[in-house]
Amino acid sequence: MSTPAIVGTLDDETTTTPRSRRRRRDDAHGAEAGTHHRGPVWTVLGYAGMVLVVLLVAVPLFWILITSFKERGDIYVRPAQWWPEPATGENYHELTTRIPFFDYVRNSVIITSATSVAKIVLGVLSAYALSLLRFPGRGVVFLVVIAALMVPNQITVISNYALVAQLGWRNTFQGIIIPLAGVAFGTFLMRNQFLNLPGEIIEAARLDGAGPMKLLWRVVLPMSWPTLVAFALITVVNEWNEYLWPFLMSDDETTAPLPVGLTFLQNNDGVTNWGPVMAGTVLAMLPILVLFLFLQRQMIKGLTAGAVKS
Amino acid sequence: MQSPETVPPDEPRHGAGAPAPVGPPPRRSSGRAWEWTLAALLLLPNLVLLIVFTYRPLLDNIRLSFTDWNISSPIANPVGLANYIEWFGRDDTRVVVRNTVVFTVATVGISMALGLGLALLLDQRLRGRNLVRSVVFAPFVISGAAIGIAFQFVFDPQFGLVRDLLTRVGVTSPDFYQQSGWALFMVTVTYIWKNLGYTFVIYLAALQGRRADLDEAAEIDGASAWARFRRVLMPQLRPTTFFLSITVLLSSVQVFDIINVMTRGGPAGNGTATLVYQVYQETFVNQRAGYGATVATIMFVILLAVTVVQVRFMDKGQRS
Repeated sequence: MSTPAIVGTLDDETTTTPRSRRRRRDDAHGAEAGTHHRGPVWTVLGYAGMVLVVLLVAVPLFWILITSFKERGDIYVRPAQWWPEPATGENYHELTTRIPFFDYVRNSVIITSATSVAKIVLGVLSAYALSLLRFPGRGVVFLVVIAALMVPNQITVISNYALVAQLGWRNTFQGIIIPLAGVAFGTFLMRNQFLNLPGEIIEAARLDGAGPMKLLWRVVLPMSWPTLVAFALITVVNEWNEYLWPFLMSDDETTAPLPVGLTFLQNNDGVTNWGPVMAGTVLAMLPILVLFLFLQRQMIKGLTAGAVKS
Repeated sequence: MQSPETVPPDEPRHGAGAPAPVGPPPRRSSGRAWEWTLAALLLLPNLVLLIVFTYRPLLDNIRLSFTDWNISSPIANPVGLANYIEWFGRDDTRVVVRNTVVFTVATVGISMALGLGLALLLDQRLRGRNLVRSVVFAPFVISGAAIGIAFQFVFDPQFGLVRDLLTRVGVTSPDFYQQSGWALFMVTVTYIWKNLGYTFVIYLAALQGRRADLDEAAEIDGASAWARFRRVLMPQLRPTTFFLSITVLLSSVQVFDIINVMTRGGPAGNGTATLVYQVYQETFVNQRAGYGATVATIMFVILLAVTVVQVRFMDKGQRS
């Protein structure tokens, strides 16, 4: 294929190649009868489809949002109120005072940042060794690393739970973070990136006498910035949303991250008092959605990079 | 959770003794010794973590599946195949396997079909498509637990969104909390809602990288839209479809957060329990870690077998 595969963006700016290609096609055939080309009916159906999709995603989110601003009595009425009348911040107040909400946020920040930093550093170092250093058994080591992707978490939790409990690490941050810190996917992603760097530049830097760590820091990483950002972003999102392991490890607000804290809240209030529960889910969704809003392009690059290649 | 002081079974745990990927002594090309040492240093922390927390428990889990360990006792007695025999003979096994198959087939099939459909739609030149693309993808980044809790209220049979909408069009809402079939439906819909963005984005990237000239040629030859889709587009998307069928299947089978917050595997004990949820319930709720490990091992073997079949299938398809 002569044109580079355009991978990983929701944005039109970078998709000029396929667009111009398609335009060529339109020019070539637009004048013909164009029976199966996009007629007005298809255009209308297309827009109808888009509206439908937006509604399917947005209406539940809107529902959750308005509920979080309703007074308790207004949540339990039929037919439902589609606008909080009167609107109240009471649920948020209750969430942040009656429940150790900010403790959960703090724990989430600690767990997410520590795990992410560990994964990013380990992923980059492993990928560097597996791509630009030569040593015997490199292929085998690489297989050992990526085969870990095939092992589901659920098969490891029982034994890991026992090990961590034996170390006395239950309900501690290290007990949550360390077992999550090994990195397979990121190693795979960064190794691909490093292997695709132009060999001449690497060789030139080596001939200039750059040591291996300097090579990594000054040459390899600066050229790999977009992939590294993508890797970092999907790692942060994944760790922020991590559920099963912290759920098994944490007993209370000393270590429980936000998703687990929400489960505690739901256990206590749940069906009987939806207001604060919905306020909690709104606040849990918000930071990651804001991050997504600004950095979606990089995030998607990380997801699609491994997928579309072969 | 329960059992604060958990003492694991007898056997001491090693595993940290990871074989360092250091090669033979630097004899032949002595200049490379530093390179091997450096590689070992860079790789060792990650390898140790993967070996201790992924490969060791994988093997240990298999060993535990032949014991009657209860997760809090120091003793785990070997029981041979008893757990396996029990699993294959128990009534709830059929329910759990059926739930897992229904949930997995529905989520994989529907999210791949809808993802492809949406990717085709939003690959068209339509105004505002960038915004719609973002909207479709957004739920994928939200925590499954938060979405599960939120959607529990969306499906609340008394005061939820779904009930309200159904009532407005004159339909009686099913009881999503109490009726097993509808509870499974609720969990499936919620999972698809959250994860549709993933298949969509991957298919969209594949569409953007496809060869438009093949499609043009087919069009000039007078092929119908359906024929072009079947014979030109789908073969090009085959690697993507293959990749998605494996990754989506693996993540569907492993879903825990949504089921845990929405139904706890219920109603009626195991109305929405999947194999993964059974592992959790038996091990940590019923305190039967040996039996839980058995279910986990069976699940792993099934996943492995399915993946091998998929890879075979893919190979065959590529050759023909």
